[in-house]
Amino acid sequence: MMPTSPVIPLFVAVPLAGAFAIALLGKKTRIIPNGMALIVTGGLIAFSIIAMRMFSLFGVHTYKLGAWPAPFGIVMVLDGLTAFMLFTVSLIAFLVILFSISYMERYSGRWQFYTLFLLMVAGMNGVIVTGDMFNLFVFLEVAAVASYALVAFGTEKHELEAAFKYAVMGSVGSLFVLLAIVWLYSYTSTLNMADMALALQAAGSTRVALVTGVLLLTGFALKAAIVPFHAWLPDAHPSAPAPISAMLSGVLIKALGVYAICRVFYSVLGVSPQLSMLLMVLGVVSMSVGVLLALRQWDLKRLLAYSSISQIGYIMLGIGIGTPLGFMAALFHLFNHSVFKSLLFLGSGAVEYATGTRDLREMGGLGKRMKLTSAAMLSGSMSVAGIPPFAGFWSKLLIIVAAVQAGYYWFAIIAVVASMLTLSYVMRIMRYGFLGELREKWAGVREVPFMMKLSLGLLALICILGGLLLLPGAREFFLTQAARTFSVGTQLASRILGGV
Amino acid sequence: MAVYVLCLVLFCVGIYAILSKRNLIKIIIGLIVAEHAVNLFFILVAYRIGGRAPIFEPPPVSIEPMVDPLPHALVLTAIVIGIATTAFMVALAMRIYEKYGTYDIARIRELRG
Repeated sequence: MMPTSPVIPLFVAVPLAGAFAIALLGKKTRIIPNGMALIVTGGLIAFSIIAMRMFSLFGVHTYKLGAWPAPFGIVMVLDGLTAFMLFTVSLIAFLVILFSISYMERYSGRWQFYTLFLLMVAGMNGVIVTGDMFNLFVFLEVAAVASYALVAFGTEKHELEAAFKYAVMGSVGSLFVLLAIVWLYSYTSTLNMADMALALQAAGSTRVALVTGVLLLTGFALKAAIVPFHAWLPDAHPSAPAPISAMLSGVLIKALGVYAICRVFYSVLGVSPQLSMLLMVLGVVSMSVGVLLALRQWDLKRLLAYSSISQIGYIMLGIGIGTPLGFMAALFHLFNHSVFKSLLFLGSGAVEYATGTRDLREMGGLGKRMKLTSAAMLSGSMSVAGIPPFAGFWSKLLIIVAAVQAGYYWFAIIAVVASMLTLSYVMRIMRYGFLGELREKWAGVREVPFMMKLSLGLLALICILGGLLLLPGAREFFLTQAARTFSVGTQLASRILGGV
Repeated sequence: MAVYVLCLVLFCVGIYAILSKRNLIKIIIGLIVAEHAVNLFFILVAYRIGGRAPIFEPPPVSIEPMVDPLPHALVLTAIVIGIATTAFMVALAMRIYEKYGTYDIARIRELRG
């Protein structure tokens, strides 16, 4: 008997309820939206730790919505990868809300911001916990539509232009996903992921899996901004308010893109060597194109957006390698990237808050006036560049070691070269932005408010101490059990259905 | 078979409009066309000749050529999601027109690099 758990639907229900409560009650006061968002995201962290603990004690959990039995009703599934992703999303969401309390003071309509924010979190959590193909699409759209609106939140020229581009590309991506789901449903007559995996295995036909695989990969790659599909990201992520840039780059592209690819291919369709090769090639192309384009950016947030494309490439490479070490390294890098890219985007938001500019050529010497922001940006930069002992170093090292072990020497070499180029662009952020002489016009710049400093400081601390997660004990609890989901692969299906 | 091909043609028309048109409104229309091509395809997949509603009746009446109700429910959901997206994008296009004074994407290009 598969253990069921009432915690699983809370990951969707709590942020949804929070969003509607804010929309109903939060228009007049300031306390309700801020407090509600903090409580909801803080609660989600607690739930996700409970979920991890439950998984490590009792294995895979399911929850049947409305108590309908599994292949007919909608199921939510909690396994290692799910628990890991839920923790990442909740942690980043909480720290970003902490930052936005002060940052969003400048905007009007804060209750709308928090409503959309929590809707986006609900959508992402839904994508992560669902065990049903069509629900995957629905939650994907919930998160995506909320994020289109959040990109346009400033309603200035650039925000609107970027949001339109993002909305068109995102909707086309969702269309491909829907088309693939139609194919899969008409072939297998089921929407339950586990049941679908069994039906596909029984049929043994690879042609339907191939067609739908291509459609799904296109759709999710559009969401994850892997290179041939990346055109919207460098517009959308910098145009959004800084906390939203941090959410989009930090967790949205991973929950809707990388996680969905992993779930659909590893747990449902099954992975062929060609697909692994394709993932690796896409990863390597993303990582090198992203880093080369980042090198010539002067807009701080745009530079960081290209850097996200490049780092997603590392994650895809790690997943494509397909060894247990590769999976673990990819997941560790996914977590690290969430932390340091949110940190860098929030840091760029802090700079914009204090000075009003994002152009690196206009900054200079800000480190003298904004000590904590500068230190936090430094630790984030060192982590993204892969300097020991920061967390980013360990995950990149593991990805490269996994590539060498599996015999993909060229990919390992490209990853090393891309990592060096990464160092050169992050040094540019530090040199033009924070080091050197303080410019005359920034003499009056003051450090950002306490809440923003707190959020930056906590993220920087995770960047510095993140490497400790690799110690035995922590690694088992945090990473290995999540990485094992990949090795279990489509066998997961028989376990889920077998227990029902 | 011909209906499936027409459905594919409709989808391609939509995608073509999204890729090649310069007017924001035409891009949105293209998206709607492509979206409904997918919905139509889903309905076609579920079609049964002489099918009947899947309501159970005592044995002498057979519900054998039963229509699977699930695709209809799903398409309904997809249509609702599509309407939300469309409404959002039309609102966005109106705000863009207020700021830029044009619907032409060739002239709404301040973001690049």
